[in-house]
Amino acid sequence: MNKQSQLTLTLEKRLAPSRWISFLVPTISVAMALLFGAIFLLMTGHDPLKVYEIMAEGAFGSKYGLSETVVKSIPLMLTGLGVSIAFKMLLWNIGAEGQLYMGAFAASWVALSFPDASPGFLLSAMFLAGFLGGALWGLLPALPRAFLGVNEVITSLMLNYVAILWVDYLVYGPWKDPKGFNFPLTAPFTPSADLPTFFGTRIHLGLVVALAAAAILNVVLWRTRWGYEIRVIGESPAAARYAGMNIARNILLVMFLSGGLAGLAGMTEVAGITHRLQHGISPGYGYSAIIIAWLSKLSPGAVVLVSFLLGALLVGGYSIQSSGLPAATVSMLQGAILFFVLGSEILTKYRLVLVRRGERRAN
Amino acid sequence: MKDEPNLVEMRDITKGFPGVLANDRVSFAARAGEIHALLGENGAGKSTLMSILTGLYRPDEGEIIVAGRRIELHSPRDAIRNGIGMVYQHFRLIPPFSVAENVILGLDAPRFLLNMPEIEKKVAALSESYGLRVDPKVKVWQLSVGEQQRVEIVKMLYRGARILILDEPTAVLTPQETRELFLTLRRMAGNGHAVIFITHKLHEVMEVADRITVLRGGRSVGTVEKKDTNPASLARMMVGREIPPAPSRSEGPRGEKILELQAVQAMSDKGLPALRGVSLTIRAGELLGIAGVSGNGQKELAEVVTGLRPVQAGRLYIKGKDLTNRSPKEIIEAGVSHVPEDRLGTGLIPNLGVLENVILKEYRRPPISRGPLLDRRAARERSEDLVRDFQVKVAYLDLPVKLLSGGNLQRLLLAREISAAPSLIVAVYPVRGLDIGATETVHNLLLQQKARGAAILLISEDLEEILHLSDRVAVMYEGEIQGVLPSSEARLEEIGLLMAGMKKEATTA
Amino acid sequence: MDQMLLISILAAAVTSGTPILYAALGEILAERSGVLNLGLEGMMLVGAVSGFMAAVKTSNPWLGLMVAALAGGVLALIHAFLTINLRANQVVSGLALTIFGTGLSGFLGKPLIGIPAPQTFKPVTIPLLGKIPLLGPILFQQDYLVYLSYLLVPILWFYLYRTRPGLHLRAVGENPAAADAMGVGVFSLRYLYVAVGGMLAGIGGAYLSLAYAPTWLENMTAGRGWIAIALVIFSMWDPVRALLGSYLFGGVDALGFRIQAVGAMIPSFFLNMLPYIFTILVLILATREGSRRGAAGPGALGLPYDREER
Repeated sequence: MNKQSQLTLTLEKRLAPSRWISFLVPTISVAMALLFGAIFLLMTGHDPLKVYEIMAEGAFGSKYGLSETVVKSIPLMLTGLGVSIAFKMLLWNIGAEGQLYMGAFAASWVALSFPDASPGFLLSAMFLAGFLGGALWGLLPALPRAFLGVNEVITSLMLNYVAILWVDYLVYGPWKDPKGFNFPLTAPFTPSADLPTFFGTRIHLGLVVALAAAAILNVVLWRTRWGYEIRVIGESPAAARYAGMNIARNILLVMFLSGGLAGLAGMTEVAGITHRLQHGISPGYGYSAIIIAWLSKLSPGAVVLVSFLLGALLVGGYSIQSSGLPAATVSMLQGAILFFVLGSEILTKYRLVLVRRGERRAN
Repeated sequence: MKDEPNLVEMRDITKGFPGVLANDRVSFAARAGEIHALLGENGAGKSTLMSILTGLYRPDEGEIIVAGRRIELHSPRDAIRNGIGMVYQHFRLIPPFSVAENVILGLDAPRFLLNMPEIEKKVAALSESYGLRVDPKVKVWQLSVGEQQRVEIVKMLYRGARILILDEPTAVLTPQETRELFLTLRRMAGNGHAVIFITHKLHEVMEVADRITVLRGGRSVGTVEKKDTNPASLARMMVGREIPPAPSRSEGPRGEKILELQAVQAMSDKGLPALRGVSLTIRAGELLGIAGVSGNGQKELAEVVTGLRPVQAGRLYIKGKDLTNRSPKEIIEAGVSHVPEDRLGTGLIPNLGVLENVILKEYRRPPISRGPLLDRRAARERSEDLVRDFQVKVAYLDLPVKLLSGGNLQRLLLAREISAAPSLIVAVYPVRGLDIGATETVHNLLLQQKARGAAILLISEDLEEILHLSDRVAVMYEGEIQGVLPSSEARLEEIGLLMAGMKKEATTA
Repeated sequence: MDQMLLISILAAAVTSGTPILYAALGEILAERSGVLNLGLEGMMLVGAVSGFMAAVKTSNPWLGLMVAALAGGVLALIHAFLTINLRANQVVSGLALTIFGTGLSGFLGKPLIGIPAPQTFKPVTIPLLGKIPLLGPILFQQDYLVYLSYLLVPILWFYLYRTRPGLHLRAVGENPAAADAMGVGVFSLRYLYVAVGGMLAGIGGAYLSLAYAPTWLENMTAGRGWIAIALVIFSMWDPVRALLGSYLFGGVDALGFRIQAVGAMIPSFFLNMLPYIFTILVLILATREGSRRGAAGPGALGLPYDREER
């Protein structure tokens, strides 16, 4: 009998997650996704180095590019924060896109209805309306979830289509600018409704709002009773019920906040960038937010950084379109990043070990 | 029978999990025609050893020999092919499937089309030949726990298992059902099967086993013939020291009524009646034990008392206050503590640290909360106090509690629940899975609370534990209290009959 | 005249329900095995674009269909690897698949926009059956893919409830530990059914680009993948109920279309909202109904299986 022992690679559960690996995982994932993208580009007859160079140049290569990256990161931060807080409680809010649209709609209504109001009043009212628009839209899937247990993934996502169609109806119909050459957009807002901008770029006050929101959320999550409840419910709903926490109320509150943050993103887009409501105000910020949330492990501080990264990817994506690559390239890369994050997450929970299996017969 | 060669032999088996060496060079052998008990405390490595024999785990070292042939077990399928079958403590049954569907699951025949009537006939014939009454057409979720166990045994026999392993099979049975099971096991041994019986109960070993192998701390202590041993010496082998005398029940003064249930009715998760008019009272300084085969409404009873399950009819009073269908929060605030069955997941949150688990019920009140904020320092002090007072072994307070040992987990949970100085403690299977030392600690803590004047509702499936700790014993069957007896007068036999639902015959008073 | 309109709406309900039906049948298989795949939308889109591309290249819609199935299956394998081997979160992995698939289809499809498909699946009247009054024009003057789905539904039903592999499939999704202990290969079966689910989603996508539209448009699924997932819950994981459900959804879709054609005063935007709002309402009703009946889907749906979990 020919005996031999055999080395096998197996997964072993880590007793405690290691600190450095939770930083390493997202970094590796992004690198792997870019590598994957390079192979894909190569196979489809493009020069990956050239493409990446154009993207980097577009996103970081000039003051304009850099400022545009920041501009794009603002709605990404706000929606990313909203999605993170919901995910933290295991509420799969996939509806940030629609909540953004409803926030934009509500803020635009204020701007178009009160053109003569003072800038301070008008902007405050638009912030409030934007938040409420998104928050109430976020509450729609939360109600059936909280009281009947209806799957919020599907309902929140379906509402995206409804919100976008609603805004389209307005900008193609009753709100269409009569002087707009039949384009799907409203008349421009009064200048009082413009968000202040900085450094002579398009970077607007929304950045401050987003950073403040991240800071506040960080305190809420880790230093308050409410944040503790959110984390306990997210970890174990059974334990939360056992401890006397009101889960239904928290579902409503968290979805209200989550939708509100996305609504603010819509408001800052119309008040800071387009200065009117128009068709297609978001290139899918609400979906990118899902990637941001997961990549930053639902931590508000990390959302800020990751949003900047994905903002760069978006801006880079615009610059490669001029060289004939479709806009969808970016969405593909985003999906790939998320795949690699999910794939490498196992390294935070398990480690690869070589094990010598017991002696066994050959053949 | 003595001269029978070994039907199965395991040599020098070693198996480690991260942080634990579950089996350390364990050897074990069983003969055809014998009932061989594998005895050991919880955590001694019995289940791991048998999971290796059934191909569920792969050993790191060691070899397995069946009928004189060395075999490799890569999967449960391999084990079944080699005639090894196991009845797990937590049944491997699929509740929405019928008995017959469960029996044929995983078999190679029939190849494609399922002719259920024919299969049902075969299953019925086989089960009758072993005296295992069960209807093949019935869905498994409709069966009692005892009947489900029979399905598991039939499943193994249908596969032609010659080596039959049963993991703690009596834990879920009434004393009468246990006796019936032992008869079945004897019949199977008589037919030339090797029956391996995993247990930690000495009296069962003495009642049914031919030979006994004792495991302790992942190692084999030795194999003995039943006739050459006695319970005391087995206990010494199992624990490695003399077993201390159990804490004695003190008869303290009884106080006011703390808990009172009046004809309470409640539904199970499936929407079926689970409590059918339960009435009981517990006074301050009294421990009421609920005996019964699990699944007869005990879980629902604990949940109703703690506000986790709505009451359909009837009333719930705590300290004279009507708290029927109030929120868990109001019931906690009325002074009710709860040691739930699911410790890690309900009682404690696996991924959160010790500190965040300690404040689970106190976070709303000062000093832990300051307005909407949490006071981390107060929380830290609180945790340090509890960890020290209750001797919970933790490396640091942010350590996720899922990394604590079973005994430490339960200590932490009890520490939190007891430190609130509750008027009522609802303890559900509080020592399940704990070793003797930890069991002792838990029992002592409960008795101390009783002496302090707390009312205690203890739910357990271990009759000896109940008789030992309780002042009164209530027996549950199918959602009803069959009878309440002072534990000093209760006899095992009588409780057994009540557990099986024989109310009228047992208590005519 | 009214009857003509009714027949045309019902026939259109079958046509527009068919892509949803294929995707839903695939998802039923995956979910029955315990794996939730929220990537239907992405797999359908990639199926639609790759099928269309292959049909353009080869002028053979059947080859297009096969390529679409293959593409859907390959994408599903990514999900299978992440969720079964690496035990990744099934919800997030499915979302990643949708985002990735949307991007990939947009990338591959850019040169195809505006090209009409040279060869598509066209309605074929079945002899005899097609002549039945009412039913004939509704059910039997359709294309081959619709007929294929008529066959697939009873076959899947029979497979699930009357065969050994069907028993094993259901067992793996209900209680993988029990199935594993009885020697049923949990991992391989889950792989298999996730992949087959992806192939059916790919076929559903190809139906859009090769029969329904028939052309390639970016994001042409317009949420049908998600509607299919809602439909799976509505159908209580049963192929026959999925058939009825998808025609119901198809009917709502077709109705909106017809109302527009008739020239009613309702803006098209609101009519286009109908399927989404209808999905939400149906999901709410189905969840209530399901919780009343205690039917919450396969017992182990969404949970990774780890044999040595302690």
